[in-house]
Amino acid sequence: MAPTEFKNFPSQEELDRRKIVGINLETVTDVASTDFPGHWPGEDMSWSKKNFQKSFNVQFHHNTSYDSSFSLIGIDAAVANAFRRILIAEIPTLAIEYVFVNNNTSIIQDEVLAARLGLVPFKGGKAGLLKYLKWFKKPQEDGPEDEKFDHCYDYNTIVLHLNIECTRNEDAERGEKDPLKLYHNAHVYAKDIVFKPFGTQEKWFSGEDAIMPTNPDILIAKLRPGQCIDVEMHAIKGVGSDHAKYSPVATASYRLLPTITITKPILGKDAEKFKNCFPRGVIELEKVTKKESKMVGSGYDGHEGENKAVVKDAFNDTVSRECLRHAEFEGKVKLGRVRDHFIFSVESLGQWDSDEMFLEAVKTLKVKCAGLKKSLAGVQELA
Amino acid sequence: MPPKKKTPAADPVASQEEDVSMAEAPPEEPTEDVIGDDANPAILGVDEQPIRVLAGSSEKAASYEFAKEDHTLGNALRYIIMKNPDVEFCGYSIPHPSEAVMNVRIQTYEGLALDALEKGLTDLMDLCDVIAEKFVAAREDYTSEMQS
Repeated sequence: MAPTEFKNFPSQEELDRRKIVGINLETVTDVASTDFPGHWPGEDMSWSKKNFQKSFNVQFHHNTSYDSSFSLIGIDAAVANAFRRILIAEIPTLAIEYVFVNNNTSIIQDEVLAARLGLVPFKGGKAGLLKYLKWFKKPQEDGPEDEKFDHCYDYNTIVLHLNIECTRNEDAERGEKDPLKLYHNAHVYAKDIVFKPFGTQEKWFSGEDAIMPTNPDILIAKLRPGQCIDVEMHAIKGVGSDHAKYSPVATASYRLLPTITITKPILGKDAEKFKNCFPRGVIELEKVTKKESKMVGSGYDGHEGENKAVVKDAFNDTVSRECLRHAEFEGKVKLGRVRDHFIFSVESLGQWDSDEMFLEAVKTLKVKCAGLKKSLAGVQELA
Repeated sequence: MPPKKKTPAADPVASQEEDVSMAEAPPEEPTEDVIGDDANPAILGVDEQPIRVLAGSSEKAASYEFAKEDHTLGNALRYIIMKNPDVEFCGYSIPHPSEAVMNVRIQTYEGLALDALEKGLTDLMDLCDVIAEKFVAAREDYTSEMQS
């Protein structure tokens, strides 16, 4: 039975200690969370929205539309990982799904060209992409060929064209070797893809809001005089779990905040060496003060004016564990990570602002739960 | 040019004749609600039941099968159900990687396993609310700090 009385209230120091994942030369310790009822006798570990509201915190490190980094402090890995997974696989974006090849005389095979075109990320008006654009119901693979695209409408299909031909540049100098100067359109880039709005799309995707590749300089194919590519493409909304081309992020990842604790003084030449074991700015050197040198047994006594190593900014540490490889630092330093401090990094591919995308991930998880909760009524009937 | 019923290269003349331009096509009401939209491959259709009770389950110890769910919900739900003091055991598994099915096992000290599942889902929604709220507040703080 779960205890009903809670009489143990551990100190903040003890709570902080429990949060640290130990990192040794070859091993890690205390990896799993222990914040469950019954794990620590006499302590209340049950879920409470109020307590979570108090303990949970968010810190922003930087925030631009295509790249943001922030810390979620005070959540479990299970939840943080759910958000990361949703960012990668469950947030819808637009990508090319169908390529109709009218003509392709380049050396890239049709199917390879189609796969390359699919992976080109596009951007466009946010209101149009998020509100106006709806799901396209994919036709049955074995359905009648002439009915497959009966359900393409302006609100579920974006039509793009790529029509390009390579020709000789008559103005090129004699003896020119560079194909880019010798020919027109020797390289086919993502910027050569043309968006053809139809129906009411003009209203949502025009001017700055037009559908266009996020990165205009992606090389799609190389051509030589006489070769051409003429394709029509349909871009539809999809999710990353279906195909990676629908993933709205370049990367969505997290790492745990590193901790470095210097347990015994590291002085003089050793301090210099210790500093060089870490990325720049993580460890700095300071002079041992007169006061410290007078404290007997502190390890500083008699070392006034010498350099000592101090931890300046553990945030930027890569936890390479280099300092654990040297005998002179043995027993003087302890490395760790904070188990509930997740430093997220979200890099958007253009269709979402990266901070909005995280909020969408939170919403997605909530909607998932709401849907399942609704269907619980049906479960009871079965049981 | 709007998309054609057939691939343009296949039969240009025939397809042009029977082609209806997309703008003139009958306006099919787009569904506003993304939940239960069966065009989204990751989400279950409206009338499909996502949760099933597995054989051998009793009131206080039950296994539930979730269709079209994976580690994303599985681990988060396991965590939040384990936070319930009435729950003796909670675990999740994905029986086979090529089947889109996730199982959750719940055993309780007291109370129904189904209630623990419902509380888990409610708590997870509360957790999402707090995170969204704090995230927006932190973003506002950051933006105003950057401007000043």
